[in-house]
Amino acid sequence: MTTQEPIYKTDALIAENIDAYLEAHQHKTMLRFITCGSVDDGKSTLIGRLLYDSKMIFEDQLAALEADSKRVGTQGQEIDFALLVDGLAAEREQGITIDVAYRFFATEKRKFIVADTPGHEQYTRNMVTGASTADVAVILIDARKGVLTQTRRHSYLVHLLGIRHIVLAVNKMDLVGYDQATFDKIVEEYTEFARSIGITEFTAMPISGFKGDNITASSENTPWYTGPALLPHLETVELDSAADQAKPFRMSVQWVNRPNLDFRGFAGLIASGTVRPGDSIRVLPSGKTSSIARIVSLEGDRDLAVAGESVTLTFADEIDCSRGQVIVAAQAPLEVADQFESTLVWMDENELVPGRAYWLKVGTQTVSATVHAPKYEVNVNTQEHLASKTLDLNAIGVANITTDREIPFAPYDENRDLGGFILIDKISNRTVAAGMIHFALRRAQNIHWQATDIGREHHANMKHQKPAVLWLTGLSGSGKSTIANIVEKKLARMNRHTFLLDGDNVRHGLNKDLGFTEADRIENIRRVGEVAKLMTDAGLIVITAFISPFRSERDMVRGMMQPGEFVEVFVDTPLSVAESRDVKGLYAKARSGQLKNFTGIDSPYEAPEAPELRIDTTEMTPEEAADAIIARLIP
Amino acid sequence: MDQKSLTHLQRLEAESIQILREVVAEAENPVMLYSVGKDSAVMLHLAKKAFYPAPPPFPLLHVDTTWKFRDMYALRDKAARDAGMELLVYQNPEAVEKGINPFDHGSVHTDMWKTEGLKQALDKYGFDVAFGGARRDEEKSRAKERVFSFRSANHRWDPKNQRPELWRLYNARKSKGESVRVFPISNWTELDIWQYIHLEGIEIVPLYFSAPRPTVERDGLILMVDDERFPLAEGETPVMRSVRFRTLGCYPLTGAVESEAKTLPEVIQEMLLTTTSERQGRAIDHDQAASMEKKKQEGYF
Repeated sequence: MTTQEPIYKTDALIAENIDAYLEAHQHKTMLRFITCGSVDDGKSTLIGRLLYDSKMIFEDQLAALEADSKRVGTQGQEIDFALLVDGLAAEREQGITIDVAYRFFATEKRKFIVADTPGHEQYTRNMVTGASTADVAVILIDARKGVLTQTRRHSYLVHLLGIRHIVLAVNKMDLVGYDQATFDKIVEEYTEFARSIGITEFTAMPISGFKGDNITASSENTPWYTGPALLPHLETVELDSAADQAKPFRMSVQWVNRPNLDFRGFAGLIASGTVRPGDSIRVLPSGKTSSIARIVSLEGDRDLAVAGESVTLTFADEIDCSRGQVIVAAQAPLEVADQFESTLVWMDENELVPGRAYWLKVGTQTVSATVHAPKYEVNVNTQEHLASKTLDLNAIGVANITTDREIPFAPYDENRDLGGFILIDKISNRTVAAGMIHFALRRAQNIHWQATDIGREHHANMKHQKPAVLWLTGLSGSGKSTIANIVEKKLARMNRHTFLLDGDNVRHGLNKDLGFTEADRIENIRRVGEVAKLMTDAGLIVITAFISPFRSERDMVRGMMQPGEFVEVFVDTPLSVAESRDVKGLYAKARSGQLKNFTGIDSPYEAPEAPELRIDTTEMTPEEAADAIIARLIP
Repeated sequence: MDQKSLTHLQRLEAESIQILREVVAEAENPVMLYSVGKDSAVMLHLAKKAFYPAPPPFPLLHVDTTWKFRDMYALRDKAARDAGMELLVYQNPEAVEKGINPFDHGSVHTDMWKTEGLKQALDKYGFDVAFGGARRDEEKSRAKERVFSFRSANHRWDPKNQRPELWRLYNARKSKGESVRVFPISNWTELDIWQYIHLEGIEIVPLYFSAPRPTVERDGLILMVDDERFPLAEGETPVMRSVRFRTLGCYPLTGAVESEAKTLPEVIQEMLLTTTSERQGRAIDHDQAASMEKKKQEGYF
């Protein structure tokens, strides 16, 4: 090992004057960075080296490390720094890291948080996660191998996540004899590639994590290199937070603090800008304006707060403001829209289903959103655009998104907090994707809701009834259409204005362009839902008979209606019974393979968990079922 | 232009407060696990800041083993009172009945009082989110722990089934029966904790400061004889040593270090110049490699 100057020159200070040391330490800033590299680029070794050189390794850990190095290390009798950072037991046995791990160390100037992410192709998800909070990316290249496919992928992802400071660390220089020509050639090749994907600036340095060259101080082995060593560079990189403060004020409301009737505070973390008492503000999306009365804190009121701080604000006027809304500088409001173009990184084993409703969380607001079919998928290795109907695990693509209400946002380029979002599956609750908003679509800005003078209540009153949707769901052959037909006849006799939407019939007209794939079935239900909604606006009682096999789509339709108007009726017939009836001969076709994607056979039916009404057709006749449904509607 | 450069402690504080508020906004019935140690003290202080002028809108839960230091019990009750928060103390009734103790029952002691006790307490009160004071720098397997750590209905931690955490966005949605452990001070290091306690003047248990205390040596650990339940060998008398503790747990399991550090700066000074890691004083980690990870899967914090 080459001996390097210790980066902690403060040992003496700690021993002699702890108060002076503490005073200095308390003014350190914080930098978060991510290391990216392929499996054998020496990433873990580099991080282990940083921890070791900054004295984050204690004697007992070092003793354990030396023992481990001899037992399972890959560096012979020398210390294997990689063992310091490889975490979970299963991973250690496999010899690879398979998740994001966070490490901590500090120098005289800064505290550092390192996101350590794996280089394997299937773990794009982890790298994106680690990069989302990083100020700097350190991209490792093995000097013997040069710019690889993985290097391109890592650089693309880092750039995609908006990291402005990139370090190209050409590692293992000791293994190429510290050869300048090798280094120059790699830098040249990388420069060309970086420019092609929009990276305009990066800092290249020759290092050896294993030997310690150009880590804490300039190495004697590379006299031809005049740039900074890695740590001194990381200590002086400009932080993004400084730039954030110069932007207009924005804060998502996290929580409304109401300890008593006299106090109403709005708590949140400032996404950008600064705020002082007296500043004029606007609340979005409502657009209401007021001014800041106080910045409240446990230590007393403050006269200034800046981006990155968690604060509690009060207003001079009593205006509505709740969680999810955004407080902005009055003279510099955000855009508000409900349709966006965005980049998505898919993170779940279940692929994207275009048209399905997911929860979208951006800032502190959670709304229902549907993703349209991708415009294209990006090959992360070559950055080519590919045609794609969906996105599966670790795929990246560009797609339009529609939210169920207007939300204030900023393009991701301008603000990570107001332009970065996650998608959550409504059934499994898993985080299935991360996204970055590019811009709002023009059609969202140009199509306005036309208010009409005769409203839905007027329509309903003229008909002397309360509109409703009786949504019959169940397997093919369960008896939905039969029961729906009887329900409509009985309601007609009671002078109720009704309309029956039947699955088969709708497919002859409105939905004749749709097939039976998962995406088409979702679109089928979405259109029927929209039609049913128009009919309830017209004051009708709508009866529908659709298999509607997926819970998320039934919930989507429920969400379109006024509260209480959607009555989910589960026509519950066991598969064996429905199949034995087989009125239309479809089960026979499905069993013989002539019919694909048939619900119950090769496509799932997700039974309702809490329907308003469950009809057991093995115990009730269609007449009895119809009476039960009407009793639920008109008690 | 109003500009100010946030220090690392200011950024950590803002992040922790954001996490605390996010949970309160999204959880149905949150609770803060309070162990009376320095990390708990910082977490509680951050909660006071996050919700001021309201008191933190959740109770404190102490999963008690009956074997903590007496000084810890005293500060526990005072800290809850000062914060204006309800304090729930839970002791596993089965462990009470069987008189489980660290002298006779080895690892069963931790398992029954802490692991089982915690699960029982969470079930009893129906808490869906529990704040914990764990930090990522404590131990290798914790470096990969999420801030929001999801547990199945039977409290198991499945390393493969954790959610990605991007930006400052946390997905707190869960199915019935599932629960979440949330670690607001994940990104703090031991030094950050001490520095913050120093700067903010946070009250901590006096055991962290050196004082003459009655001690005996067992298996290379210096243990404090905190009460008459400590079984002494025949003819053995506790020796007064000037000691302090770097971490606090059950007194018969927590090793002291000989020290003269009587003030916070002196404690920090000693910590910075020391050559052994924080958890070395805890018997629990010496069981086997990756033992923390195994305990976590079983539901220990």
